[in-house]
Amino acid sequence: MNAIAQTATPDATAAATPVDAPIVRTEGIHKVYGGAVHALKDINLEFKRGELTSLLGPSGCGKTTLLKIIAGLLKPTEGRVQVNGKPITGPGPERAFVFQDFALMPWATVLRNAAFGLEQQGVAKAEREERARHYVKEVGLAGFEDKYPHELSGGMRQRVGLARALAVDADVLLMDEPFSAVDEQTRRKFQEDLIRLREIENKTFILVTHSIEEAVYLSDRIVLLSPRPGRVAQVMDPDIKREGDPDAIRRAPEYLDLTDEIWRGLREYVE
Amino acid sequence: MTIYGFPVPKFAALIVWVIVWEIVGQFELLLLFPPFTEVLAAMVDVVTTPSFFEAARITAYCYLLGLALAVVFGIALGLLMGLVPAADKLLNMWINIFLSAPLSALVPVIMILFGMGQPTVIVTVFMFAVWIIALDTRAGVQHVSPSLKEMALSFGASRAQRLKIVLFSALPEILAGIRLGVIRGVKGVVIGQLLVSIIGVGALFSLYSQNFLMGHFWALILILFAFALSLAELIGRFEQKVEFYAGARG
Repeated sequence: MNAIAQTATPDATAAATPVDAPIVRTEGIHKVYGGAVHALKDINLEFKRGELTSLLGPSGCGKTTLLKIIAGLLKPTEGRVQVNGKPITGPGPERAFVFQDFALMPWATVLRNAAFGLEQQGVAKAEREERARHYVKEVGLAGFEDKYPHELSGGMRQRVGLARALAVDADVLLMDEPFSAVDEQTRRKFQEDLIRLREIENKTFILVTHSIEEAVYLSDRIVLLSPRPGRVAQVMDPDIKREGDPDAIRRAPEYLDLTDEIWRGLREYVE
Repeated sequence: MTIYGFPVPKFAALIVWVIVWEIVGQFELLLLFPPFTEVLAAMVDVVTTPSFFEAARITAYCYLLGLALAVVFGIALGLLMGLVPAADKLLNMWINIFLSAPLSALVPVIMILFGMGQPTVIVTVFMFAVWIIALDTRAGVQHVSPSLKEMALSFGASRAQRLKIVLFSALPEILAGIRLGVIRGVKGVVIGQLLVSIIGVGALFSLYSQNFLMGHFWALILILFAFALSLAELIGRFEQKVEFYAGARG
């Protein structure tokens, strides 16, 4: 609860220093499904430029709903989302989405899938393939450009999804439980790669996850959502150094303490 | 298939039935069945007559035109039903009725509307093939992964692009529908021509059966069966290829 009211005069800061201004802001978001199910209640959040924020909570807390509202894929029942100071009306090129089930076109090669967003923007074929190739390489899939999705493992498919989102050069990457459909080893490697990727790519990440360890491991800020109706229960700013050995993070006392603290907070929502 | 450990090709089953047929024919057990060898000889006879060429030409023309109309209209109808719930509610019951109704009974009505010529046959082919294509397309469209649709939306795909994605995603089901439509269409072309009975293979069938040329009659049936099965097989091949690429769906 404490962090919601941190910036008292958001409009003033937005006008003065765009660098410090939140890149994404949600104002009074309510979402009611079918007039009966209250999925989200009064969500006021600010996402700072260049940070990785996790939306963490048990299933049914509306975290994916919130992410899709920010993406412009769902309309909130009440409230609005601002990106770069402008209210959104739908999906936009400044936001890119990474899907839980990868959402790749099975009939297209890795390269064409990665270039999909650029293709929709009308980028010429040679240029978009060059950019897609660059990001396919960056996510560690060099040499797989001409493979089809069914020839790849789950982890590799999600790397294609990530390359597709990176290729459009959006400011904000919205990731909906991106690692939940891949096995544990792949997930760990993926998390380490994401930390390394953040050092190269100056982007804002909003990540939905139900894994406490994942949220603590990756995030600059963790938003805890409580279920039915989904509300912001707590906002935390883990202070964990992520340079150097990625395994060291998992042994850091801050990491272990925070994981424990979040679990104590969430325990009451789990039967 | 293996028998006592020996690999036996699938068409071996056909050979068994051909032998049974030959025996039945040679011993004149059934009046309707001349020996298979006689049918084969008649086939050469049938294929080389000019009236067969004319019949084949008319049949192929009616069949392909009716089928093409059924494919276009069926896919469009299936898309509409798959994408617009109101249209689905309105049409689904009717299409299911048409699919299971004995359409042969409708051919006389079609004949009244379209005359005793090729249009009736074309419409009959269309009526036999279109409904299964529409229903399979509908099923395919309804099973397109929702996240793939969201993906297209979130990356700013145009309406045409999104429709293309839906069509490509539904392609395995659409092709299955077309394959079934191809087979049903052959039924349609034969039944249509039989009932009109003055054009195409229908005229030949009438000619052969009225003159009791059973060898020729069966030869013509075999030719038609072979035609329908090879067409279905051809589409089946294409279907497998598409399934292969669609292996990563969902």
